[in-house]
Amino acid sequence: MLMAIDMPALRPDVSPRAPAGDSGHHPDGRPKIRVSQIHFYYGSFQALDDVSLAIGANRITALIGPSGCGKSTFLRVLNRMYETVRSARVEGSVFLDDQDALAMDVTELRRRVGMVFQKPNPFPKSIFDNVAYGLKVNGLRNRARLREAVERSLRRAALWEEVKGKLHDSAYALSGGQQQRLCIARALAVDPEVLLLDEPSSALDPIATGKIEELLFHLKQSCTIVIVTHNMQQAARIADDTGFFLMGRLIEFDKARVIFKTPARKETEDYITGRFG
Amino acid sequence: MMYRFRWRKIVNLLMFGITGLCTLVTVAVLFLILGYLVWKGGTSINLDFFTQLPKPPGEAGGGMANAILGSAQLVLVAALIGVPVGFVGGVYLAEFGGPTWSFVIRYVADLLNGVPSIVLGIFAYSMVVLPMRNFSVLAGGFALSIIFIPLAVRTTEQFLRAVEQPLREGALALGASKWKAIATVVIPAAMRGVATGMMLGIARVAGETAPLLFTSFNNRYWSSGIDEPAASLPVMIFTYAISPYPDWHRQAWAAGLVLLALILVVNVIARVLLLPKHAHGH
Repeated sequence: MLMAIDMPALRPDVSPRAPAGDSGHHPDGRPKIRVSQIHFYYGSFQALDDVSLAIGANRITALIGPSGCGKSTFLRVLNRMYETVRSARVEGSVFLDDQDALAMDVTELRRRVGMVFQKPNPFPKSIFDNVAYGLKVNGLRNRARLREAVERSLRRAALWEEVKGKLHDSAYALSGGQQQRLCIARALAVDPEVLLLDEPSSALDPIATGKIEELLFHLKQSCTIVIVTHNMQQAARIADDTGFFLMGRLIEFDKARVIFKTPARKETEDYITGRFG
Repeated sequence: MMYRFRWRKIVNLLMFGITGLCTLVTVAVLFLILGYLVWKGGTSINLDFFTQLPKPPGEAGGGMANAILGSAQLVLVAALIGVPVGFVGGVYLAEFGGPTWSFVIRYVADLLNGVPSIVLGIFAYSMVVLPMRNFSVLAGGFALSIIFIPLAVRTTEQFLRAVEQPLREGALALGASKWKAIATVVIPAAMRGVATGMMLGIARVAGETAPLLFTSFNNRYWSSGIDEPAASLPVMIFTYAISPYPDWHRQAWAAGLVLLALILVVNVIARVLLLPKHAHGH
């Protein structure tokens, strides 16, 4: 296999965490995740049919398509969250850098590939304990280091200024938009290399949505971002690359400006111009 | 048209009346019982009732301090056995049992819940009383715990299942193992509901009489240990109520009042516990 030659040790300079101020774009477009020929089934229902694509490091990849097209399922393949569904079955391969994501330890995979959900889902704990959760389950106990990591994550999620005085209040006291940024901070706390977002702003108002988009734009300097969205304007605003799913197939995958200006496939054009979906 | 409209209004009013009446009857029964207990037994409730041992028939006064303590001991033994077993069983049922196993266990728990309590009493008699050759608090508590366990399993399961999937996934997505996610997120989120269910279960078994008749039996004095027979409020009510002495009858009513009051208090505490502390902010 090709990947076997591409050992991580041989390229120490391509750490996913680029220094702050970097434009975030790797000129070579090195893929962070390579997905090949994924077929996905819930029982006998096929949700994904022969999906292959490469997700570029430090880029924002948006997945669009009508409801039930398989884009959320695809996202759940990337961190194997589909495993919570008993009848789910996947064929094909997913590589995170050079490691087989479908074979590696699932808790390790999920630590490296974080996820933010459609509806903000803070734990019924304090703001601090929400952010510290991932670190604690991964074994960090040192109070000082936890505090430091919590502050850093909340700053990265642009929430620190709003919550620094009430870290020990319940997370439920925050507004919906703040809760979603808290969930992003919680995901960032374990320093993931990839962040998956499943329609993260569908439950939020335009102002909260704007904040999240701005945040993602900054985050891609240090993270590879994959976002599922129903909102075409959102995809056009923030995505570097865009994939269009329809009925379990990846119809088209290209630079976002190509998808939204000059799509190659008629189905894509019909969808983005609102002729169906 | 007018006619049909009026007809609908009449039917509406009629149904409202019937449902309202039935509700009223249900509520009235509780207050009727409570009122009757106060009327019949209220006069016998004084400090002695809570601090004195029963007096022999013919002698006025005395109390049921030993029965109150006995009931507390029985319920404690039942809870010490039933809460851990019921809780862990409920966790298994909600989180780990596959569809087939869960179905079987749930069904068995529901069947067990429907077994007449006197049958469970005989069971406890043959399992604990006969080998120990003695009626005891332990045997009574064991019998009560058999009644308590299916209740505890089912409420635990119910409240764990009510924890939303996104909350579990949120924990799993951070690299928590399944067990870790359950222990640190799912169980804490369900804890208040589970605690409430447990308290309601305790309140339920505190009033059970039949399984105690041949397990913890009765005792006119303080029980000397959990391996000895002990008085309890329900058995005391039974014994006093069928006695021929008017004074004992009054005391039986009083014991009923105390028992009901204790159960109501536990119920109210449980309900208050279940009140939402803070609503979700979205």
